[in-house]
Amino acid sequence: MEYVIEMLNIRKEFPGIVANNNINLQVKKGEIHALLGENGAGKSTLMNVLFGLYQPEKGEIKVNGKAVNITNPNIANDLGIGMVHQHFMLIDKFTVTENIILGKEITSGGKIDMKKAENEVREISKRYGLSVDPQAKISDISVGMQQRVEILKTLYRGAEILIFDEPTAVLTPQEINELIQIMKTLIKEGKSIILITHKLKEIMEVCDQVTVIRKGEGIGTLNVKDTNPNELASLMVGREVTFKTTKKEANPKDKVLEINDLLVKDSRGIDAVKHLNLEIRQGEIVGIAGVDGNGQTELIEAITGLRKTAGGSIKLNGKEIGNLVTRKVTEAGVGHIPQDRHKHGLVLDFSIGENMVLQTYYQKPYSKYGVMNDKEIFVKAKSLIKEFDVRTPSEYTLARSLSGGNQQKAIIGREVDRNPDLLIAAQPTRGLDVGAIEFIHKRLIDQRDQGKAVLLLSFELEEIMNVSDRIAVIYEGEIIAIVDPKETTEQELGLLMAGSIEKKAGGMN
Amino acid sequence: MSSRLQNILVPIIAVLLGVLVGTIIMIISGFDAVAGFVALWDGAFGESYFTGETVRQITPYILAGLAVAFAFRTGLFNIGVEGQLIVGWLAAVWVGVAFDLPKIIHLPLAVLAAAAAGAFWAFIPGFLKAKYRVHEVIVTIMLNYTALHITNYIIRTVLSEKSDRTESIAETASLRSPFFESLTDYSRMHWGIVIALICVFIMWFILERTTRGFELKAVGFNQHASDYAGMNVKRNIILSMVISGAFAGLAGAMEGLGTFGYASIKGGFTGVGFDGIAVALLGANSPIGIVLAAILFGSLKVGALNMPLQAGVPNELVDIIIALIVFFVASSYLIRLIIKRFSKKGVK
Repeated sequence: MEYVIEMLNIRKEFPGIVANNNINLQVKKGEIHALLGENGAGKSTLMNVLFGLYQPEKGEIKVNGKAVNITNPNIANDLGIGMVHQHFMLIDKFTVTENIILGKEITSGGKIDMKKAENEVREISKRYGLSVDPQAKISDISVGMQQRVEILKTLYRGAEILIFDEPTAVLTPQEINELIQIMKTLIKEGKSIILITHKLKEIMEVCDQVTVIRKGEGIGTLNVKDTNPNELASLMVGREVTFKTTKKEANPKDKVLEINDLLVKDSRGIDAVKHLNLEIRQGEIVGIAGVDGNGQTELIEAITGLRKTAGGSIKLNGKEIGNLVTRKVTEAGVGHIPQDRHKHGLVLDFSIGENMVLQTYYQKPYSKYGVMNDKEIFVKAKSLIKEFDVRTPSEYTLARSLSGGNQQKAIIGREVDRNPDLLIAAQPTRGLDVGAIEFIHKRLIDQRDQGKAVLLLSFELEEIMNVSDRIAVIYEGEIIAIVDPKETTEQELGLLMAGSIEKKAGGMN
Repeated sequence: MSSRLQNILVPIIAVLLGVLVGTIIMIISGFDAVAGFVALWDGAFGESYFTGETVRQITPYILAGLAVAFAFRTGLFNIGVEGQLIVGWLAAVWVGVAFDLPKIIHLPLAVLAAAAAGAFWAFIPGFLKAKYRVHEVIVTIMLNYTALHITNYIIRTVLSEKSDRTESIAETASLRSPFFESLTDYSRMHWGIVIALICVFIMWFILERTTRGFELKAVGFNQHASDYAGMNVKRNIILSMVISGAFAGLAGAMEGLGTFGYASIKGGFTGVGFDGIAVALLGANSPIGIVLAAILFGSLKVGALNMPLQAGVPNELVDIIIALIVFFVASSYLIRLIIKRFSKKGVK
């Protein structure tokens, strides 16, 4: 069997760390090859080496059997390597075709031949079953479509080997199925695919082979047919991992959060949350399922005081907290693990210790008569770091230099430690690896078992189904259904999230 | 190489490069570089009189540097130190000429008036930024001109009768120090240096020790996270500008109550406020760094006056050297790259 890509004994060092050591990646023609590893395992480094952004210290790269020296991305392009980025590189105000031809414009007499370009795009789109409208504006099409435009971009540039970087992170279940179809069509047409992911389910579903990396070391390559998710997970993490989060039956008691007829406008002044009703009781986890942009962010901002409400009421333990300033909401007993840990959760240029008291710095014993007590702060930080297994050189290390998982653990430690009556966890495991996810789920369930109310927002259906006691489906700013995770399926949830079926039954308590 | 060591090395290398290029310029233009630098040194420290004058110059530089750095550490760019300094100068002199009080009240009152005037002048851009998101750089630049012309108007019509300077301030409001003067062969060195050094400590204490400083820094680094943590972002932005402006106003008091003892009509800016930006930049916005940078710039400025007399080198050359130092600090990325290269070679 012929290999289209061979990366042999790759070693890449950065000052102080070895990012890749002795990694082998051999991709056969016409296969989907998964690259599996935890965050910070060295997947991106390896792909950046392949893409010519980094030069390896040791090792050899062969494309179609010939040794090559990829010193910059243009060479990678010429060799037929294309990358579908996780964060799309598209210009919102341009049309699909304009985005695709950007940098490779077809010109005649100094003018762009848009007709010809559109026809070419249409042709490629048809051949691979992408059904993209070449004239549509990027800002008008869905995230799934935008991803297809990214795929088209690489195909237009003649890519034979496509690298997908965590492609399903932003998609709905239906869109994921469609993407899988597209990947299969690409393979049929003779392309080869490298799929970077840490989602085991996807690997089992579409991939032929999988190469596992752990802490920069190549662990090995397996045939997907001969393995199972448990084996992959333990290879990736280096220990046994339990998947099914084990938890006792929920035992809901008094109402903690009561939202009635809530109206919230987004930054453009458009209604984002429309007459929403929701309640959460002590000792239960309510998961909010929905496609991104259906009012979830605005809902959480309204509860936590970061955004003004335009009507309705939010009650915590029977007391109105709508339109209170954030500090009052926090002091009333709300903990908030924010969606974007870099933007809201941490001051990256503060030490991890200072971040641990970001919500309590002004209270005794951390502050007395307006003067900070560093000793108390860092003693506290040290104990939280230990309790929540935050891996950091010390409590004085800048938050910026920690890995995503450890940053998240620090935030969770800070919020859980205050023991809030209501804990809001917005995408608490986004971008984290299996080990960290397991830990975080356990802590959320712990809180529930101690009789606290937990509101979980996630775009990962698996997480919602695993952790929640009740699932509230949000669509266009309304809770359109409340379902029991034991009785529903991902399929049903997906349809509800897309607004395709309405299910008010069993709904509003 | 540790980043801390690099932070110290970068300004030093920038200064050396500035001097080096200055030397080359001197040689190309046909001057004796060695004589030029000897004259520069003599002009700053050669006699006790010159040393006293150097310290006098360092004093407002420290305060102007603190003003820029304080705002910068909290995420704001205060280009208006010059204007705040000018209004501070006027306020100090106004109190100095208008009242007849015992020294123990009069002097502190005049100093505080300067701080308050500077603080008010900086409150305007702070308020506009917090409330209406108007960028502070634009407002502070405009307010520099406004300060210049308003103070000129007040000096001409309110504090004097169409004269181009005010009366001299009462002795009870003066920072002049017969002790320092006798020590330095009757230079204009005054008590202000003590105030400046106290302010260095105050800046450090506010930023590093107080709860308020924690908030101010948090807002400077990340407004979203500060908002999330329940801090009042708008109030902190205004407060940061106000404190910064108070330092700038005090720099004006140094000139008004110490060096000159009066305020005069100005044809243009004093330049001290703008040099404060360079001081803060070279001092990496740290209190100690600012003192060191102010000493360097103050010495260069005063020493330069001696260069034409002793070596026949035009004193504008020092302006070029200062500009070059600022240039090299600003392009510290380049210097870091060079350090990296060298340390890599050392390892191999």
